[in-house]
Amino acid sequence: MASEVLTSAEYIRHHLQNLTYGRLPDGSMGIAHSAEQAKAMGFWAINLDTLSVSILLGVILLFLFRLVAKSATSAVPSGGQNFVEWIVEFVDNSVRGSFSGRNALVAPLALTIFAWIFLMNLMDLIPVDWVPHLAKALGVPFFRVVPTTDPNATFGMALSVFALVLYFSVKVKGVGGFVGELTLQPFGKYGLPANLFLEGVNLVAKPVSLALRLFGNMYAGEMIFILIALMFGSGMGLAAFGGVLQWAWAVFHILIITLQAFIFMTLTIVYMDMAHQEHH
Amino acid sequence: MNINATLIGQSITFFLFVWFCMKFVWPPIMQALSERKQQIADGLAAGERGKHELELAGKRATSELQQARQKAGDIVAQAEKRASQLIDEAKSAAKVEADRVMAAAQASVEQEVVRAREALRSQVAALAVAGAEKILRREIDSKAHAALLADIQNEL
Repeated sequence: MASEVLTSAEYIRHHLQNLTYGRLPDGSMGIAHSAEQAKAMGFWAINLDTLSVSILLGVILLFLFRLVAKSATSAVPSGGQNFVEWIVEFVDNSVRGSFSGRNALVAPLALTIFAWIFLMNLMDLIPVDWVPHLAKALGVPFFRVVPTTDPNATFGMALSVFALVLYFSVKVKGVGGFVGELTLQPFGKYGLPANLFLEGVNLVAKPVSLALRLFGNMYAGEMIFILIALMFGSGMGLAAFGGVLQWAWAVFHILIITLQAFIFMTLTIVYMDMAHQEHH
Repeated sequence: MNINATLIGQSITFFLFVWFCMKFVWPPIMQALSERKQQIADGLAAGERGKHELELAGKRATSELQQARQKAGDIVAQAEKRASQLIDEAKSAAKVEADRVMAAAQASVEQEVVRAREALRSQVAALAVAGAEKILRREIDSKAHAALLADIQNEL
């Protein structure tokens, strides 16, 4: 909160700084204690908060799913099984609706994406000050609890999906088929450079848009939570108004986090479907 | 918010999660779902079959009932016929028996009459003979007139 030691800008910067582990300027390995230090670490650094939260959430998720899957029966389902089955059927219907090929990977992929991203987004509903303050009390300088507001996380997933799309494109269509798709349309073989450019942009836009859409939505959502949180330190009236605003934005955010998880999943399915389609 | 090696870590995590999900989560749940779907379909089919069978059984029961009713009617009619026949037979048998009894009674009555007349005649004859004896005691020797007396007795 904006206290006498922290200005608003510092407050915001603090909340938007990942807990980065890498090579410090003095040559030793350690945690960056400022944004400049984190930047100086370059590529070979790790955002501990992003990775730990996302892995923890993923493990919890898969543990629960596995628990249900192990005891899954065709008899009358228990409450937990019912809930998981509901999600699974929802994902399965989405896959059936959008994916026309045959690939055992796509549906579990879609389930993982949907459930995992939803959980990571859900962290956004934790009041923005709780986790950084708790981290500070434990001696950790920064902690961003929403992995999807870190572009590393969203790009990591989007590029993984992109890698799968490329792999299955080549596997289904062959190298020749895939290169042909990139170079021989829409203008035929004499417009090859234009084709390559258009299709190249089209191809690269897939992971970039996938990653940036999720990142942008979650980052903006978090930013608004932070800005609302700033109001709490500026008088009773503004604080009360901020409380109302935060509640309203959180309610709206429930929709956004679900929607973003769903969009990421659906687009993944669609991209995988395109990778499996031979239309030439 | 720098791009750094977190990207690679996230990708590896992602692939591991997808692999785990594909290997250990998705198949058993889908298996359970499809099994339940099959069970429900089977149950519905069985229900439909049962309903159909019930309908058939109802029809069969109705026809059976009708048949039984018909049969019962036949049996009753036959029994009535037989009963009236029996009554007729009994009636005629009774009549014959009554006639026979009547005839026998008549015969025995006639016999009695004959016997009574016979007895009466012999008594009258005896009386007459006794009277005549008393009257004729002195003049008639019963031995001498025995033939005559027997004649009279026979005539009576």
